[in-house]
Amino acid sequence: MSSTFTKSTARNIFYGGSVFFFLLFLALTFDTMRALPKRDNSANLTESAIRGKKIWETRNCIGCHTLLGEGAYFAPELGNVYKRRGPDFIRAWMAAQPTGAPGRRQMPQFNLNEKEMNDLVEFLKYSSEINTNNWPPNIEG
Amino acid sequence: MQYKSQAVAKPYFIAAIALFVGQILFGLIMGLQYIIGDFLFPLIPFNVARMVHTNLLIVWLLFGFMGAAYYLIPEESERELHSPKLAMLMFWVFLVAGALTVVGYLAVPYASLAKMTGNDLLETMGREFLEQPLPTKIGIVIVALVFLFNISMTVLRGRKTSISLVMLAGLWGLAIFFLFSFVNPHNLVKDKFYWWWVVHLWVEGVWELILGAMLAFVLIKVTGVDREVIEKWLYSIIAMSLITGIIGTGHHYFWIGAPEYWQWWGSIFSALEPIPFFMMTVFAFNMVNRRRRDHPNRAAVLWALGTGVMAFLGAGVWGFLHTLSPVNYYTHGTQITAAHGHMAFYGAYAMVVMTMISYTMPLMRGRQANSNKSQVVEMWSFWLMTVSMVFITLFLTAAGILQVWLQRVATSPLSFMATQDQLMIFYWLRLASGVIFLLGLGLYIFSFFVGGDHAENSSQTS
Repeated sequence: MSSTFTKSTARNIFYGGSVFFFLLFLALTFDTMRALPKRDNSANLTESAIRGKKIWETRNCIGCHTLLGEGAYFAPELGNVYKRRGPDFIRAWMAAQPTGAPGRRQMPQFNLNEKEMNDLVEFLKYSSEINTNNWPPNIEG
Repeated sequence: MQYKSQAVAKPYFIAAIALFVGQILFGLIMGLQYIIGDFLFPLIPFNVARMVHTNLLIVWLLFGFMGAAYYLIPEESERELHSPKLAMLMFWVFLVAGALTVVGYLAVPYASLAKMTGNDLLETMGREFLEQPLPTKIGIVIVALVFLFNISMTVLRGRKTSISLVMLAGLWGLAIFFLFSFVNPHNLVKDKFYWWWVVHLWVEGVWELILGAMLAFVLIKVTGVDREVIEKWLYSIIAMSLITGIIGTGHHYFWIGAPEYWQWWGSIFSALEPIPFFMMTVFAFNMVNRRRRDHPNRAAVLWALGTGVMAFLGAGVWGFLHTLSPVNYYTHGTQITAAHGHMAFYGAYAMVVMTMISYTMPLMRGRQANSNKSQVVEMWSFWLMTVSMVFITLFLTAAGILQVWLQRVATSPLSFMATQDQLMIFYWLRLASGVIFLLGLGLYIFSFFVGGDHAENSSQTS
């Protein structure tokens, strides 16, 4: 590097650049928070869906599944499972676990009662209606 | 080792390596569960194994960073650590908290663990990588604050170098952004949005400062190149890291409900994210080529060069591979992501910790470098681990491409599980590579116990 580009120049670029881009990031975040209500389906974030999210979290579903593409890649995407399978299938599926089919990936039995099951389905319904810019590419997730 | 208190780094490094072994063992369990789906079910379900695998990774890297700081900061500050006793106390607090957390994951169902540990008071659990119970999260904050107090006091009262300031800035950033792990809005989009403020702003933000500082420290020591030159490189690299990395967070905001403009911001800035990693490679090779001495610890030099190359490949190239939004539309949440995650974490963070351990451990054990025999074993372990990680990445990439094709591109797309059945050959090959990796790790640990005459002569080159 040439002698005009000194350590203090580099240091100033580091401080200046970091501060500038962090402020830009904050500005974009602020704008995102304002724009979200039109996209994030929060109108349908019912009490039931909120309880469902807690069930989703406390059963560590993300440890096998993805939700809007984030999570583990061991089991199917569930962001659109409500649209792919429908509420009745989800209930029946959860009730039938684990399948015990030899060699097949197994899902634990979570023993949810009817109310908890409804809450979880409500959460998955809410998730499936978030505007994700048309992701995933098809219904298979 | 110039200051007695630097020795507190030793137990931190030993714990880091022990937890690393645990991480790999659980990785192998998962690798087998990908193929034989009911392996160890219901004793260790996949989600439990994965929590242990990823959480151990984070914890052992944190042990490594803290150990590195305890070694590096006194030497840079030219004084003893503010309080070695506090450092040892925090070591045990962190180790016991980490062990209890893993036992909790393995011993009780996650929902019961959540209930027992007060998740109802503040719901933070059940989000990827942030699965830790509330007491563990609070414990991490306490350990981090005490640790930061300890090293900040050391820096404040001693010589302030660019390396120690960058290290300090990175570690403070790590602690501050971890606070977002307590932010969990009911709104899923906001939850995901701020979740990345921990995950992305750690690994593609402030952790790169820690990485850069550690690499710069070791390069000064093993090459004897002028500090001014190395610190200028360090500032240039971390400047590019944050300039590209902060807005680069946008590459996670494409499909989670955030506005569409993030596809532009995220694609453009994250396409630039390989630059700092490329600079790191050039930096490492350049400094070693311009070395003013031949340090007897050749293994440490190898680790330093390896960090540059593998961080660039794993974080830079494999990150770029799927970061542009039109590509990411198809690859998001597939084995491509897993491929990138593996090589990036190994190449950047696991390797830089091993660079630091490789350089400092002999010094803490009272010699400039290990015996030639020991170094040869260590270098074998370097190649075994690194090459097998390259293969793990390649096999996962192949699996990912096939997965994208069958499940998302083909005219009659297969379901997720039907697609997985088609990927088995690659999962077998990945598992085999994982076994070689474990072998390499075993050899690495063995290298600490190989005796022989220490390599002491540090010859000067003109």
